[in-house]
Amino acid sequence: MRHPSYSRAAGGATCLVGGVLALVLCAAAAGAWPAGVPESYRRTVNPSAGQPDAIAAGGRLFAEHCAQCHQPDALGKGKRPSLRSNLVQHATDGEIFWVLRNGILAHGMPSWSMLPEPSRWQIIAYLKSLGPSEDAVPAQGTRP
Amino acid sequence: MNPRPARWPVRLSRAGFQFLLAAVVAGISLLVIPGSAAAQEPPYFVAYSHAMEEPGNLEFTMRNTAASPRFGNPFGSATIEMEFGTTAWWTTEFYLSGQATGNDSAIFNGFRIENRFRPLLHEHWINPVLYVEYENVNEADRSILEVVGHDSAQDVTVPNAIQRAETERSLETKLILSSNFRGWNISENFIAEKAMNEGEPAEFGYAIGISRPFALAASPRACTFCRDNFTGALELYGGLGTTDSFGWRGTSQYIGPVIAYSIPRGPTIAFSPNVGLNDNSLGVLYRFSVSYEVQQIFSHFHGASR
Repeated sequence: MRHPSYSRAAGGATCLVGGVLALVLCAAAAGAWPAGVPESYRRTVNPSAGQPDAIAAGGRLFAEHCAQCHQPDALGKGKRPSLRSNLVQHATDGEIFWVLRNGILAHGMPSWSMLPEPSRWQIIAYLKSLGPSEDAVPAQGTRP
Repeated sequence: MNPRPARWPVRLSRAGFQFLLAAVVAGISLLVIPGSAAAQEPPYFVAYSHAMEEPGNLEFTMRNTAASPRFGNPFGSATIEMEFGTTAWWTTEFYLSGQATGNDSAIFNGFRIENRFRPLLHEHWINPVLYVEYENVNEADRSILEVVGHDSAQDVTVPNAIQRAETERSLETKLILSSNFRGWNISENFIAEKAMNEGEPAEFGYAIGISRPFALAASPRACTFCRDNFTGALELYGGLGTTDSFGWRGTSQYIGPVIAYSIPRGPTIAFSPNVGLNDNSLGVLYRFSVSYEVQQIFSHFHGASR
């Protein structure tokens, strides 16, 4: 007969290993942006796209929440990626919305789900208004 | 029980004086230092949501609680919190607490170290967060950062000199469940606390919070009193007994609205009057906080070294 304390220890170790494995799997899945974005998000249209007031408000939100990592010009620095790269600028609004909602936690990008949806759309309107940077690599034949 | 006093003379112990001085200086500093950014988390005083500190950011919060109980002396408690975003899914926090009680003394209570982990790396309808905290505080602690077991108004009637002699080293865990929907945040916390240096049973408690910004979209122009700078919330929390006597009997329960204001390019301030819902509760608790977030704390040091 198995000793009860051994059973508990084995159960705890199994939970721990399972938890670590789950984290690793989630981390691997989280890195696949924008390929892993669900189709429903990909097709979502920004209700604030191109609106001057939304772009101005998005600029304020960007300065408050995003600029410290991605820099005020959104060109990024070090491991913090440029938001004016072709990858981001050619992503659909829905794909960017998805990453703002979920973050890429395993790679340091936090979730901004606490920001209300209209505010997140304003940030996306602002980002898209910036356009690709001059030194952005020209887009390839397929969309990123 | 002592009748309610008319005056509030306070004897300060050396540690209590030093802590209160540091707390006052910290509070004033947080109010006057410009250039911080408003944190995005709901303005709860007791409940936690699944909002984590952004990686590399350090948030200072000065959290105060005051009450004038019907029986016992009025008191004020100050807690300094330092919250750091270790990663996007791991937040760590350090607390220092002290209190001053009328007709008694002002003393330092102790410290807490807390870690919160998000096990699921995507957003879901319900987002779990695991919370683990080590507390080393004496029984005179009045911060009331959570209510567990059979915590009650009777606890604050014992003189500081007696309570400070008993230090409780405990492990506290919370299961935080949090959801965002159309600008609303709803958070439920289930608390279990076990004193490691005493033979007491494990204590349980809960906290529920609901919050929403006054405006969901940001204003296109910078303005001091824009609606999007304000957030409202409601909190309900209390004890759930112990392993020996689980349930509502003999517990204290509170409810209170919260109003928070993020000063543009400044700190966030929040106020909450909490009302006790039964005879075991303190009548009214007044809570006030000032928080200041330093973004990318290490980049400041790198900049200084250049």
